[in-house]
Amino acid sequence: MSSKDIAILGVGMHPWGKWGRSFIDYGVAAARAALRDAGVDWRAVQFVSGAATIRNGYPGQVAGATFAQALGWQGAQVNTSYAACASGSQALAAARSKILSGECELALVIGSDTTPKGFLTPAKGERPDDPDWVRFRLGITNPTYFALYARRRMALYGDTVDDFALVKIKNSEHGFGNPNARYRKRFTAAEVAASPMVANPLRLMDVCATSDGAAALIVSSLDYARRVGRADAPQVAAISTVTPTFASAIIEMPDIATDSAVAAEAHSFRAALPAKAYEEAGIGPRDVSLAEVYDLSTALELDWIEDLQLCGRGEAAALLRSGATRVGGRIPVNPSGGLACFGEAVPAQALAQVCELTWQLRGQAGARQVNGATVGITANQGLFGHGSTVVVKR
Amino acid sequence: MSEKTERPFLEGWFARDEAGAHLVGARCTSCGTYYFPSQSRFCRNPACDGEQFEEVALSRRGRLWSYTNACYQPPEPFISPDPFVPFAIAAVELERERMIVLGPVVQGVDVDALQVGMSMELVIETLSETPTERHLAWKWKPAV
Repeated sequence: MSSKDIAILGVGMHPWGKWGRSFIDYGVAAARAALRDAGVDWRAVQFVSGAATIRNGYPGQVAGATFAQALGWQGAQVNTSYAACASGSQALAAARSKILSGECELALVIGSDTTPKGFLTPAKGERPDDPDWVRFRLGITNPTYFALYARRRMALYGDTVDDFALVKIKNSEHGFGNPNARYRKRFTAAEVAASPMVANPLRLMDVCATSDGAAALIVSSLDYARRVGRADAPQVAAISTVTPTFASAIIEMPDIATDSAVAAEAHSFRAALPAKAYEEAGIGPRDVSLAEVYDLSTALELDWIEDLQLCGRGEAAALLRSGATRVGGRIPVNPSGGLACFGEAVPAQALAQVCELTWQLRGQAGARQVNGATVGITANQGLFGHGSTVVVKR
Repeated sequence: MSEKTERPFLEGWFARDEAGAHLVGARCTSCGTYYFPSQSRFCRNPACDGEQFEEVALSRRGRLWSYTNACYQPPEPFISPDPFVPFAIAAVELERERMIVLGPVVQGVDVDALQVGMSMELVIETLSETPTERHLAWKWKPAV
C-alpha cells in the first residue's frame, strides 16, 4: 500500500543526558539538525506536530506551539499529541494524516523532554481514585513491573540473570560509539552483577534511567520527495497506535490488577502493537532487518523480540546467546544502544527510534551500521494503554 | 508504646469476615466480569453494556504469577519506616476471577521463600505507621 507511505527527508537529535536546561533548547537543536539534514528551510514547513509529556505540556508550554514559536512563528498549522511513551508516534501519525489527506506536503515532527532525578513519581496529594497513587502508596514502582515480567520469564522459559546481563552488554557495545547516547561505556557481566539490586532479579544496570533529550523528523509526501530529488528517502510504511484489547493478559503499569478474563479472552497488548504494523505495512517478521525496542529493562527486550515475532515465544534468550541480535548478527536489536545507553526521554523516545532506523536504512550509522538494512521496526509501550510500532523501509 | 489508631489505608478496598481477609470487588451482573478495585458505573467488557454490579468478596487464595521486591525506598505517597526495610511484592492469579492482583508480601517473607506457581493467601497487615496511626493493607502470604 505505497499510497499510504510518507518520506522521511531529515532526522535530528539533541544528545541524551542530564543537561539541566529547558526542553525547548533541546527541541530547537533537534529541529534545526533535522532541517539541515533534510535541506529544508524552516519557513517551508507547513505543519508542526509536537509530542508532549504532562511535565512539558499545559500550563504555559504546549509542545507543538512552543517549538513553532521558538523556531519563529511562520504561520504553519500546529498539533500537539500526548500519549505517554507513544507521544512521538502519535505526533508522527498526525503528520502522516495531514500529508496523506493532501492538507500539507511537508511537516516537522518533534519531541523533547527534561526529566526529574530518580523514580518517576505520581502527582501530589491523597488521591485514591488514581491507580498511580494507589500503587506508589503500596510501594509499587515502575521497576516492580519490569521485575515481575523478568521473573516470569525465568519461571516459564528458564531465562537467567546472566541472559539479562548479556542484553546490557550487547546494548552497551552498540551504543559505545553513538554520539547521541548518554551512556557510552562498555559493560562487562561482572559489572552488571556487581551493581545494586533494585527489584529482584533486576539490578541497577538492568533498568533504564530517565534522560533529557530531543528528536525531530522532517517528513513529506512521496510526491514532494520526488520533486526535490529524494525519491530514495526512507519511508514510513506503518504506524500502529492501537489500544489494548479487553481483557488484559499481563499486569500493566500503573494498574494494581489485570482485567478479569471471565467473560472475554485475555490478550497481550505488547504483541498486538507490531501485529497491526505488520498488517498495515504488508510485510512480515522475516522481512525485518533490524528492530529498535523499548528496553525499559534488559529482560523486557527479550519480551519485545518475541512480541515482534522475531523468534518463537520463549526463544529470545537463545536468540540473544547465539549472537543473532548483535550488530553483525541475523536480526540486530537496538543497534542504537537502546534505552540502556540513552535512558528514557518520554516524548522524544519513539522519534529517536525512527531517527535510528532512518540512519540505518541510509547506511549512515557508522560503527553500529547494520549491513544492507532495508526494513526497520520500532516498539514501545507506556502508561494508560499507550504504545506504538513504526515500520520504516526503503 | 502508646496506643495508635488503626485504619485501612484505603476505605472499602478490603475487609475481614469470619472466614478471613478478602479484597472487596465487584461483579457485573450482565457478563460476570469481576472488578478490583470495585466499581459500580459501567462494565469495561466491550461486548457488554452492563451498569449493574454486585459487591463480591474476591478469592482469598491464588497462585503466584510472579514476584519481586523493593530494595530501595519508593517515593511518596509511600510512607516508609526509618530506616527503610526492603519488602517483597507478589502478583497473584485468582482462578475464579481469572485476574492477577498485586500486593506487598507480609513482613519477614523474602523473595527466597517464593516460587512462581505456589499457593498464596490474602491477609491484612500493617502497611505503614505514623506517630499516631497504623495503616492497614492487604498483603500476600505463602499459603500453609
